[in-house]
Amino acid sequence: MVRVKTLLTSVALISIAAASTAIAQDRSVNVYNWSDYIDEEILTEFTKETGIKITYDVFDSNEILETKLLAGKTGYDVVVPTGTFLARQIQAGVFQKLDKSKLDNLKNMDPAISERMEKYDPGNDYAINYMWGTTGLGYNVDKVKEILGEDYTVDSWDMVFNPEISGKLKDCGIYMLDAPTEIIPAALNYLGKDPDSKEPADIDAAQELLSSIRPNIRKFHSSEYINALANGDICLAVGWSGDVLQARDRAAEADAGVTVEYAIPKQGALMWFDNMAIPADAENVEEAHEFLNYIMRPDVMAKASNYVYYANGNAASKPLLAEDVIGDPAIYPSEETVQRLYTVSPNDQRTDRIYTRAWTKVVTGQ
Amino acid sequence: MGSFFKRITIGLPYFWLCILFLLPFLIVLRVAFSEPVLAMPPFAPQFDLSEGWQGFVQSVSQFTTYNFQFVFEDSLYTNAYLSSLRIALISTLLTLAIGFPLAYGMARSPMTIRPILLMLVILPFWTSFLIRVYAWIGILKPEGLMNQFLMSVGIISTPLRIYNTEIAVYIGIVYSYLPFMVLPIYATLEKMDYSFVEAARDLGCSSIGAFWKITARLALPGVLAGCFLVFIPAIGEFVIPELLGGSQTLMIGKTLWSEFFNNRDWPVASTVAIILLAILVVPIVLFQNAQARATEANR
Repeated sequence: MVRVKTLLTSVALISIAAASTAIAQDRSVNVYNWSDYIDEEILTEFTKETGIKITYDVFDSNEILETKLLAGKTGYDVVVPTGTFLARQIQAGVFQKLDKSKLDNLKNMDPAISERMEKYDPGNDYAINYMWGTTGLGYNVDKVKEILGEDYTVDSWDMVFNPEISGKLKDCGIYMLDAPTEIIPAALNYLGKDPDSKEPADIDAAQELLSSIRPNIRKFHSSEYINALANGDICLAVGWSGDVLQARDRAAEADAGVTVEYAIPKQGALMWFDNMAIPADAENVEEAHEFLNYIMRPDVMAKASNYVYYANGNAASKPLLAEDVIGDPAIYPSEETVQRLYTVSPNDQRTDRIYTRAWTKVVTGQ
Repeated sequence: MGSFFKRITIGLPYFWLCILFLLPFLIVLRVAFSEPVLAMPPFAPQFDLSEGWQGFVQSVSQFTTYNFQFVFEDSLYTNAYLSSLRIALISTLLTLAIGFPLAYGMARSPMTIRPILLMLVILPFWTSFLIRVYAWIGILKPEGLMNQFLMSVGIISTPLRIYNTEIAVYIGIVYSYLPFMVLPIYATLEKMDYSFVEAARDLGCSSIGAFWKITARLALPGVLAGCFLVFIPAIGEFVIPELLGGSQTLMIGKTLWSEFFNNRDWPVASTVAIILLAILVVPIVLFQNAQARATEANR
């Protein structure tokens, strides 16, 4: 409810701010970001400071963003694809190089994250990191204890990939992300194979593992698990770190006896990066750069992370982060945990087809 | 002058069809014979008209039928088509079973309340289709209205699992398309001369016999029109199975979506769409023929 209220007031504020500046000058920027992925106050304040009007739209899957970008003329000036998708879109000629002379806040970025980003965007020429996170396990603490025993620690992919354990949790409910490019690497990693393997035989093996535990999965969906976890409808979800933490907070707010926690499994987990880039056919290039530069300000980035519970790629914002963000190993994992995180590279057309086909086989049994 | 206007009035619909049906169809057809590439837009060949005729021929020679081969070889697509046909067929029959008595009751009710009944059938259209389908989630989900009611009355003790199953898809389709079945049947039944039935009864026909021989016969054009209006959109339905169906509900609309979005393979997605169109054109042509023969016979 709090969220809805802030959302409504901020929308109202944005329109007021927009109305007051529209007369003076007609500068605007169109931003397309993930849903639930920013503190809306940031947008109002940006308009207040710069006089640039923001049109802010949201999506909830990389696939939808990519299809729009490939069709061209999206009308958006700033978009936020995940690393693997970004890499492919750069190849397809979707983006323009950033004019780094207009981005003096680049100095605030975390070199460690920028270095990891080189895998997708060599030279960091096309994008800046916005947030990063992991794909792990969100679970209902009490229900899992009730089923698996007081002493059971949730720290392993066995929770889902071991049919014996997930079979016990089945009736309580398990959700899984409907994202083949995240779940198949997790299965490969569990099988002791390279999570980034593009070998058809490996992908087949991952598909077989997933099919074997398919009966234990109630639903494949990439956003419903937030509410399902928070309401106590399910025991376990394979989900994105920040989303699970949002579920944890919603559960705490509701105060209905539901406790949600997030765990990065000991076998390792996928580390992903969401990045802001400017499409080649953007109309408000100048304003888009101003927006990116604003986002890279330490106080702005800290505000965003404090709100969405995701880690950011901005080193200078760290001192400004709330204690429950910077101090939470689920958001900023320890150095030891980071060593166990893996990244994946983009799939080519053929591998994508094998991936999707394997996924269809898992999900529908066809 | 008269023939000029005649030509305009006849030409206008054709012009409309060319712009809004034939042209998009040709674009989809051209993509279906292309190859996927990593570019904007993600398929090749692109027609390069700067090279004139030669460039055009060059592009056309790059067309491939591989996508059709691919779709026919993988059993996934055949199964998705068959599963969609089955779901559409069953939903059409269910809609007919509910829609016909409804239309019949409306047509036989007093003149004065008919407009109100008609209004009630049309009223749901005032709310967005998407919102109405979403509302069914609230009714059908395990902790939803229906289960709460049934449990409080004591008919069931554990919640029924309908949401995220194929049954929910049937409920969604029947609910959403019911007016499309009721309206054409009502239109034919309302025009029907009821004295035919009375005559049949006077001549010794049983009431059931009179219904089959007279009413059902005369309502047939309305029934057929209603069935097509339900069957054709139901077969390619995407929203209802996506929202109400489970992960295992296989329908061609969803398959097409994943070709387009997950695989970024516009050519295969277009191929799937073209084949679906071919499947739909067959019953329409059969229907047209049957109608033509019926009019012929009536003369």
